[in-house]
Amino acid sequence: MSFVTRRNAPAFLALFSGPFLWILVFMIIPYVVMISVSFWTRQFPLFVPDFQWGNYAKIVLDPQYATVVLRTLKIATIVTVVSSLLAYPVAYMLVFTIRSEALSNLLYMCVIVPLWVSYLLRAYTWKIILGTNGALNSLLISVGLIKEPLSIFLYNQTAMIITLVYIFIPFMIMPLYAVLKNIPRSLVEASEDLGVGPFHTFLRVILPLSMGGLVAGMTLTFCLSFGDFVAPVLVGGPDGTMVANLLQSQFGAALNWPLGSALATLVLLLVLVVLQVSSRFDRAGQIDLR
Amino acid sequence: MRSLLWWQHGLVGTSVLVLAFLYVPILLLILFSFNDSAVTSFPLAGFTWRWYAAAVANGQMLTALQNSLVVAVCATVVSVVVGVTAAIALDRYEFVGKRLFQNVILLPLSLPGLVTGIAMLNFYKQIGIPQSLTAVVIGHSTALLGIVVSQVMARLAKVNSRMLEASSDLGAKPLETFRRVTLPQIMPSILGAALLCFTLSFDEIPVTYFLTGRDVTLPIYIYSTLRRGITPEINAIGSIIVAASLLLVIASVKLLRNQK
Repeated sequence: MSFVTRRNAPAFLALFSGPFLWILVFMIIPYVVMISVSFWTRQFPLFVPDFQWGNYAKIVLDPQYATVVLRTLKIATIVTVVSSLLAYPVAYMLVFTIRSEALSNLLYMCVIVPLWVSYLLRAYTWKIILGTNGALNSLLISVGLIKEPLSIFLYNQTAMIITLVYIFIPFMIMPLYAVLKNIPRSLVEASEDLGVGPFHTFLRVILPLSMGGLVAGMTLTFCLSFGDFVAPVLVGGPDGTMVANLLQSQFGAALNWPLGSALATLVLLLVLVVLQVSSRFDRAGQIDLR
Repeated sequence: MRSLLWWQHGLVGTSVLVLAFLYVPILLLILFSFNDSAVTSFPLAGFTWRWYAAAVANGQMLTALQNSLVVAVCATVVSVVVGVTAAIALDRYEFVGKRLFQNVILLPLSLPGLVTGIAMLNFYKQIGIPQSLTAVVIGHSTALLGIVVSQVMARLAKVNSRMLEASSDLGAKPLETFRRVTLPQIMPSILGAALLCFTLSFDEIPVTYFLTGRDVTLPIYIYSTLRRGITPEINAIGSIIVAASLLLVIASVKLLRNQK
């Protein structure tokens, strides 16, 4: 690696100018445009350039919007917590309990493969499972547990949480598996040799050393489920409107691009804050093992 | 098998449940795609190919499939070309704002796709580009760049810089060094990233939703069909996609293994 100097500048520019222009034109400028539009006013059917905080004020103060934002925060948090509670045992088992490396690798592949299967289809499967005429209802009827199909499974927040956990749990297992695999076995053995039981070894050795992976997984799961587009539409009900639905309608039926842009800007800010906090936390939690 | 303690049993139990949780829905999708009934419910009504026949005869679906393939191939090529150049520049040089640039490229990986979609929609509207499949390709490439950059940079970090020096000491021009020394070493990461980009672009909804015009891609077609209600035909299309995805995964694993 070298600093850019007068001598190597032409080579550097030849490599760098393409990607730089691409990012500038197709990423930075669009974000700047979106942020500017978020300050515009809507004078139906036009959007007029302006600088006013009305759109932001509306999102924060109008209960219609504020409720949806808070609900999305709540659901994303629940999804993140549930996923990490389910993912940790799997990652732990793959690394520490299974002795056969081949089996462990195979099972890890099984965790990743669903990520390659269409994410829309994975959300959709819960519609055929939980629906009134769906697999779960008909199964319960055929074993005689219920007589009439129940409509309580689909179109509510629980259905949405199940679907989101289902979609994002591999993202949680992957970083956990990576950090657990990097913990030197000698540390675990040392702890056990010193007479510390497996539970305390876990609490005082393994858990602290796996924090980086846990935080990385939680960050990704939280950010992606916060802005998820498909689950709320497919399995969410009247009480399941999320930020994504709101955004969709601002650019569709409600036709209020400035308000939609303000909301999208807030999502962008939220993600940036979460990423910042998690990178701080991650650095603080890192222990140098070399 | 050596005997497990009670908590290890609990651990294994939880893991088995999670793995079942991951696969049962996909298996049900495949099961119902062969079920001879218009509703997806038990008991099963017998075996049929008719949903597959209906899917294959569905002209709208085939057009959407074709659009998706074109978009995915173009987006993959663009992301790989731009991403590999960016990764090499980032790997080789120190410059002001490098960290910032890197973070901006990687941002779409953790940013919900709809923000990218909305930002680009606003931009296209201002400069007067119509919503179209080309707009979608640009959107996908931008969102997927981060994957190529992160994969290729991780690999570049392992390339021995002495080999590059040796190559130039032996009189190779920079391009020749790239083609004969660097490229073979980073090839596995490029192929892996390309396969991932292809799959993700083929499957993409939020960016596509905001940027496409009258032409729809397969996920958008399925998505809009689903909002109208469930048809078993979707199960058949879905099962075909699952099978194709599995082939891709197997191919990528094989490919990467041979490269080692």
